[in-house]
Amino acid sequence: MTSDFALWVYLSRTPLLWLTVTLMVYAVADRIATASNRHPLANPVVVAIILMACVLKLTGTPYPTYFEGAQFVHFLLGPATVALAIPLYEYRATVLRSLAPMLAALLVGSVVALISATTLGTAFGIPHDVIVASVPKSVTTGVAMGIAQNLGGDPTLAAVLVMLTGMTGGILVTPLMNLLRIKDMRARGFAAGLAAHGVGTARAFQVNEVAGAFAGIALGLNALITAILAPLAVTFLR
Amino acid sequence: MIVSLTLILLAQLVGEALARGAALPVPGPVIGMALLLLVMVVRDRWRGQADRILAAPLVDGTLERSGKGLLAHLSLMFIPAGAGIVGRLDVLEAHGLALACVVVVSTLATLTATALTFVAVKRWVAPGDET
Repeated sequence: MTSDFALWVYLSRTPLLWLTVTLMVYAVADRIATASNRHPLANPVVVAIILMACVLKLTGTPYPTYFEGAQFVHFLLGPATVALAIPLYEYRATVLRSLAPMLAALLVGSVVALISATTLGTAFGIPHDVIVASVPKSVTTGVAMGIAQNLGGDPTLAAVLVMLTGMTGGILVTPLMNLLRIKDMRARGFAAGLAAHGVGTARAFQVNEVAGAFAGIALGLNALITAILAPLAVTFLR
Repeated sequence: MIVSLTLILLAQLVGEALARGAALPVPGPVIGMALLLLVMVVRDRWRGQADRILAAPLVDGTLERSGKGLLAHLSLMFIPAGAGIVGRLDVLEAHGLALACVVVVSTLATLTATALTFVAVKRWVAPGDET
């Protein structure tokens, strides 16, 4: 065994290596996003995840080994969610002024998310238990996994669908809103956070701080309302 | 920075405890968000006392800057979970194409319905409010 290999064996087991690689991959993805002038297709979440998955595949690194290091970054999702209170408080006047449109959009949006998942799933002949896992796909991962499990769906499948929905929403939100000629940053952000949870919220913050604040509110409220409405949507399935 | 982070983590910790303890359908960090919001409301309501009681970073804008620093890099925090998802794409095997269609069409429908409802209700309750 060469000493180079021994060094690799040592480093690949320390959290330092994979934490550093995660940050580097993010730096590259963010650079690409900035260079493309924040083009929707160069979404840093999507680019970084693809790059990271390639690195893991090429080095044959098992996911648990990678996560030893990456967990420190993953952990920050919690504090970042708490920090959503800061833009929310800063724009509280705008938020309070938009209470009625927000609540109406929350109700309509979450119902459309649930009904479209169940009806499309049925139309495509997807089995019942798989549809159940797709029902909470617009909600932040932890909650979605809980909802799927309670309803008898596979939580892992739910997590995969949540992530795919987030990436889809993060890429599509800007072109779609331009197509619909919606210029109100509150509406754009709220839609991004409701349909595409944290990944949509990350996109919203890149575009505009007001959009980000509204995306954060939508993310929180949709987790709550989907947890209540999802069991109802599933009873209509049978 | 550390004081601000401590307050944010404390809000999350209390949020997690409440979520677990009362089996609430909302994630702990979201409750933590509400708690931090409450702290900021109370702080600014009784600004004079807050300036004397609270640590300087919590009242001089450091808290706000630290929080926004975290939020600016929200994309970074999805990399670990996302990279794990790529390894689990096998769960999509059986219905991959159909599920991809469901995800794309349903996401488009949700985005459209949400944004259009927001704009329609806004025009109805507050005509002329264009921010």
